[in-house]
Amino acid sequence: MEDIQRRLLQKSKKARLEQIGKTVSFICILFIVVVVAAIFYFVMSKGLATFVKDGVNFFDFLFGTEWSPGTVGADGKPLTGALPMIVGSFLVTLLSAIVATPFAIGAAVFMTEISPKIGKKILQPVIELLVGIPSVVYGFVGLTVVVPVVRRTFGGSGFGILAGTFVLFVMILPTVTSMTVDALTAVPRHYREASLALGATRWQTTYKVVLRAAIPGILTAVVFGMARAFGEALAIQMVIGNAAIMPASLITPASTLTSILTMGIGNTIMGTLENNVLWSLAMLLLLMSLFFNILIRIIGKKGEFKS
Amino acid sequence: MIESRDLHLFYGKKEALKGINLTINKGEITALIGPSGCGKSTFLRTLNRMNDLIPNVTITGNVLYNNENIYNPQTDIVELRKKIGMVFQQPNPFPFSVYENVVYGLKLEGKRPKEELDEIVETSLKDAAVWDDVKDKLDKSALALSGGQQQRVCIARVLAVKPEVILLDEPTSALDPVSSGKIENMLFELKHQYTMIIVTHNMQQASRISDRTAFFLDGKLIEFDKTKKIFLNPSEKKTEEYISGKFG
Repeated sequence: MEDIQRRLLQKSKKARLEQIGKTVSFICILFIVVVVAAIFYFVMSKGLATFVKDGVNFFDFLFGTEWSPGTVGADGKPLTGALPMIVGSFLVTLLSAIVATPFAIGAAVFMTEISPKIGKKILQPVIELLVGIPSVVYGFVGLTVVVPVVRRTFGGSGFGILAGTFVLFVMILPTVTSMTVDALTAVPRHYREASLALGATRWQTTYKVVLRAAIPGILTAVVFGMARAFGEALAIQMVIGNAAIMPASLITPASTLTSILTMGIGNTIMGTLENNVLWSLAMLLLLMSLFFNILIRIIGKKGEFKS
Repeated sequence: MIESRDLHLFYGKKEALKGINLTINKGEITALIGPSGCGKSTFLRTLNRMNDLIPNVTITGNVLYNNENIYNPQTDIVELRKKIGMVFQQPNPFPFSVYENVVYGLKLEGKRPKEELDEIVETSLKDAAVWDDVKDKLDKSALALSGGQQQRVCIARVLAVKPEVILLDEPTSALDPVSSGKIENMLFELKHQYTMIIVTHNMQQASRISDRTAFFLDGKLIEFDKTKKIFLNPSEKKTEEYISGKFG
């Protein structure tokens, strides 16, 4: 009797193991949450210091077109207009996404609908390889190949938004393609069967049913690609020219939030306005990537397939 | 109307159909019964060449449709599938509106005036006995309907392209008894307009609606006769055993 009582009331070895397992995994997740929260806190506090401590007007920062934090403008305020970089970032992101999307959809349709065998055996590994190439390699190729080509074809120095778009296009294409492939393969087989059984050709089935049903997934892929393009620093910095002025055309040197950040952060002193305003750029980047993430979530939720 | 002659089908090396000879008459409902894995669905899918979609399938023998061999390399599969419609086991409406689901097959042919489409949608949905359920929801997503309604919309979608033959692959097995009953009645009503072949696990269903019944076992056609004969006085012992529930 006592034996049974003891066994029921005391925790068994298995129960304790379970407790330990739960605790360990909870600590791990807690660690990640703390790290993310710490990054947010750090970037936000540094980035907001520009406005709180140094008294820069937030709208001057967002919409000002002159960037030279070390010098003072005619009105006695430092020149902290980030609009050239914001415009540059959005331009390269949007342009590269616009160019990459049709290619990605075409490639994905080929890989899933037209020739799944070649797609799986040859194209999938190639795309995975492309994803794994370090961005400095893309940047270097951009610098030695794309920039001269742009210079010869369109004139100017070759550095600028156009060269940046080309490089980013190649960089995000594999990501967008493989995510589009996932979106197309997630379209249930019975949609295809129903369409074919009604006398549709394969092509009609693909564009009237499969692509249409996969729109949310494809949008997610594109937004994901845009998030990558927006955050890419190294490769874009090598080809865009890094002139913090409003881009006058696609082939004149420009800059992005990331390129100015990587250029400047090592050359400024912590705690000064020049440094803080760079953190403000970082804060913008962080908020944008948060925005992209939320967008992906929202689109993804809409596109779930009920079986 | 449809005649299969010595039809063999292999999935890889596995023989799933072992020489089927079967003639289907115009304007009748033919039921295909048999235990799971006996090849009845596979046979059904050979009739509109849906098995073409599965890799590693080899088919020998002939299937004659209006005296043309549909396995002739010159056969236009797209045309064939317009003439021989199919309803699947799981209701599978497209994730579009009810209206778009029904006109899907028609729009493949090219543009048509709106009034004509409207009229076809109405008659198809009426024939499929689902008009009253969906007439106010034509522009709502078909996925929001109940399973039984979805299946009837799928049938309407097939009726809209005006096929001669309709293949039904266990159309009611995923549905509740009330919905199943509605679909059975509807099929019975449509009998004089279409030739239908229905795969079913439900013996009562086969006996209620079909004119002829084919009993499949292990990829072979064991017996094929008038439904009454099969259910009341089968000539094969296996058929009798299956129908009386001794196996399967």
